[in-house]
Amino acid sequence: MSKLNWREVPRAGIIFEGGNAQKYQTGDWRSERPIWDSNKCIHCLRCWVMCPDSSIKVADGKMTGIDLDHCKGCGICAKECPVKVQAITMKPESEIE
Amino acid sequence: MAKRVNVTGNEAIALGMKQVNPDVVAAYPITPQTDIVQYFSSFVADGKVTTEFVTVESEHSAMSATVGAAAAGARAMTATSSQGLALMFEIVYIASSYRLPIVMPVVNRALSGPINIHCDHSDTMACRDSGWIQLYSENAQEAYDNLLQAFRIAEHPDILLPVMVCQDGFIISHALETIEVQDDKVVKDFVGEYKAPVTILDPDNPVSVGPLALQDYYFEIKRQQAEAMAKAKQVILHVADEYAKLTGRKYGLFESYKMEDAEAAIVVINSTAGTAKVVVDKLRAQGKKVGLIKIRVFRPFPMEEIAAALTGLKTVAILDRAESFSSAGGPLFTDVRSALYESRCKPLMVNYIYGLGGRDIGLEEIEQVYADLEKIQNTGQVEQLISYLGVRE
Repeated sequence: MSKLNWREVPRAGIIFEGGNAQKYQTGDWRSERPIWDSNKCIHCLRCWVMCPDSSIKVADGKMTGIDLDHCKGCGICAKECPVKVQAITMKPESEIE
Repeated sequence: MAKRVNVTGNEAIALGMKQVNPDVVAAYPITPQTDIVQYFSSFVADGKVTTEFVTVESEHSAMSATVGAAAAGARAMTATSSQGLALMFEIVYIASSYRLPIVMPVVNRALSGPINIHCDHSDTMACRDSGWIQLYSENAQEAYDNLLQAFRIAEHPDILLPVMVCQDGFIISHALETIEVQDDKVVKDFVGEYKAPVTILDPDNPVSVGPLALQDYYFEIKRQQAEAMAKAKQVILHVADEYAKLTGRKYGLFESYKMEDAEAAIVVINSTAGTAKVVVDKLRAQGKKVGLIKIRVFRPFPMEEIAAALTGLKTVAILDRAESFSSAGGPLFTDVRSALYESRCKPLMVNYIYGLGGRDIGLEEIEQVYADLEKIQNTGQVEQLISYLGVRE
């Protein structure tokens, strides 16, 4: 994408669009990736409540996966997943093929 | 009909604020600005204005609240001095980079330490690179006039920059003076209604103000600020013309006093110009060709205009009521001297640092400066480039 010159940039860098944070993919900041096991998941949605980046994908009241384009790998979801369930575990990105 | 009133510099500012009736004022009292906030809060309490007055816990919060209100589309103001300006410094830069047309009266007072409450210009000079337009006022009349013009300058669609309206602490802020004030309606019509170009409170047109801009966009946004500042000079002159038609009081980027055939001149800011004019008159009566330049607009700096006004003079003394500790002269000196670099007929120039921490400056000191200039003209030699006027040697 070619960058705007100073005459083209909106004054003071004001952004005339809502919800644009979605376009900024923060997934590549991640050093650890949450791995979700759908067989273990009880769909309590604690991870969905706690995720600071709204990266837990949910449909019809059930967890469907993790938005890896925006997940920064903080590990809160894995921590909050009930001890007896442990449906989410963190794995270093370097070990992912 | 305009009427004449006997007021202090602070009352003159508060009176102007009352006439403008801004949407939001968020301010914290600090000597010697306190009266402005005090008078204005009584106008709020008495229902003379409809302003939302926000009593904040510090100047950092005062400027933050003012920035928030201005971003929401309000005509927002605050006022401060010295340590207060220093405390809001972080947000001072944010106001200008968000391009919010905030008008802020500043009553000039020395920065600590040693702790001091009296006049010098170290507070606003510390903000000379903050991206704010700076207007300086010799007296209460000019403070009032500059305040009213500041709204038109700040809110002009080509500018959208905040403006500081400066006056000397105690010397002007607390001294009574008879000034002319315009009718409320005349002021209202002149200042006009403020329509913010964008507001963060419009859900149909959502905007993000103050985004992160790193290596890729920060520079472009700073370039825009520089462009607006460069354009401000013409707008300031245009607004001054309109104001002159209304009031008969004419303003420029600076005032030239008895400069037509002057060979020696003093360049100075704020109230000391009044003292120096008396000396100019006295020396003129003795047949000496002396004059005075009083800077009204320090940011943007009127580089070409100053160069034109001083080219061809024999000697010039620049008086700084602030020490920059550069060891290369005060802030006004370096700017004026730099403006003359391309001039083919440069005057010999010297710098005096004076009046720090409210040290009084009298007619005798100013006379001494003109006497020094006469000596420099006669010998063609500058023996001392930077001097301290009024310090005990």
